[in-house]
Amino acid sequence: MDWKVLLEQAPSGGMTYLGWLWSGLFWTLAVSLCAWVIAFSVGSVVGVARTVPLRVPRAVATAYVELFRNIPLLVQMFLWYFVMPELVPKAWGDWLKQDMPNLLTLPFAAQFSLWEFTAAVLCLGLYTASRVAEQVRSGIQSLSVGQTNAGLAMGLTLPQVYRHVTLPMAYRIVIPPMTSEFLTIFKNSSTALTIGVLELTAQSRQISEYTFKTFEAFTAATLIYIVITMTVIFAMRALESRVAVPGYIAQGGGR
Amino acid sequence: MLEFDWGVIWKYRESLWDGMLTSLQLFAIALAGGIFFGTLLALARLAPWKLVSVPAAGFVNLIRSIPFIMAIFWFYFLTPVIVSKFTGQQGEAVGPFTSAVVAFIMVESAYYSEIVRAGIQSIPRGQPAAAYALGLNYWQSMGHVVLPQAFRNMLPVMLTQAVILFQDTSLVYVVALKDFLGAASKAGQLTGRIVELYIFVAVVFFILCFLASHAVKRLQARLAAGR
Repeated sequence: MDWKVLLEQAPSGGMTYLGWLWSGLFWTLAVSLCAWVIAFSVGSVVGVARTVPLRVPRAVATAYVELFRNIPLLVQMFLWYFVMPELVPKAWGDWLKQDMPNLLTLPFAAQFSLWEFTAAVLCLGLYTASRVAEQVRSGIQSLSVGQTNAGLAMGLTLPQVYRHVTLPMAYRIVIPPMTSEFLTIFKNSSTALTIGVLELTAQSRQISEYTFKTFEAFTAATLIYIVITMTVIFAMRALESRVAVPGYIAQGGGR
Repeated sequence: MLEFDWGVIWKYRESLWDGMLTSLQLFAIALAGGIFFGTLLALARLAPWKLVSVPAAGFVNLIRSIPFIMAIFWFYFLTPVIVSKFTGQQGEAVGPFTSAVVAFIMVESAYYSEIVRAGIQSIPRGQPAAAYALGLNYWQSMGHVVLPQAFRNMLPVMLTQAVILFQDTSLVYVVALKDFLGAASKAGQLTGRIVELYIFVAVVFFILCFLASHAVKRLQARLAAGR
């Protein structure tokens, strides 16, 4: 085993191979966090829409979840990246494919354009939104109907009931499944390597191709993944015990 | 905007069908292997001996904290190395399909072991206690008392995971194995008709997974009603 290889100068980017790994980690986190913003907001809206007593929003939200859950993530990635630019007017498609700024000038020199990054974020965000929606829905449905009814009986409107009664409870209950959704988005971000985003997995494979030190390159990336996963789990447990609802089993964040 | 030419799908029907067969083959082997080794892993994890339970837990947590694609790369790299070490054969003798199969079985067994573990833990403690009181040992009480009940409880979750596994087979694209998606991708490169081919792939996956997940939901409702 030869760990020193990671400190050697890499052929591009003006950094060492270890630098490539950091750059990969940066893009993994950038894709995951941006996608999470979409997943959380769209997923919350869709999840709430699935529980409201109105037929049309419910049908639309159900269709959304079914559509995004039943197509493999990788296929969705290709639909966004390859197919979408062909379906919009030609000028727009060309702009997406050719004129989106190159990210080379940014720190952590990326050898791909903003379009690859955008496609990955959109795809991952909207796909995970369907999973977040299911968590939000099950959180809301786990509350007793009495809570909503009591809110309505007190004269709150339906949006007010959601804002002040249902959602504050539901979000606290769904923290553990949301944590695993976040970890899923973090791991799924490696799918972006298929459309050219040089994230952590892609960088470790690239190092192995350049140096033939596959074992070292993969181990380094694996360790980074484990550290991030652990950090997220501990942070979320702390959050969980801070906002725990008194009287629920999950109180104190213990499991 | 471009004009569609859906004829390309008919023209490449044979290679698309071959790709689908590869996907289904990988799916079937990974499912069987994943459930089998996943059950063993779950039993090992719950076993009262640290020497068995700690490594099993370590393996499951390791696999679950890295991306599926990273795990595919790992086993794609390791399988030929290990095989050549044990058999003295050239590593190249292991084909890409075998390596992919090993990767999928390993990853799925980690995922399934969590499902089986939850299923076993849903069985009341009195059941294994009664089995021990009757003089059965660990493996006997698991095999004859706990597992048969646990499997019935976890059937819906296992089938849901199977639908996810079927979708995940498309990830072998990253090691250039010609599965359904890979076949479509190849045909797309040859003809320049990637739009039609990727939409076709999405529609086929959607129909299959939609029907399967609804069948699982109906089964779940029926099992719940049978209680």
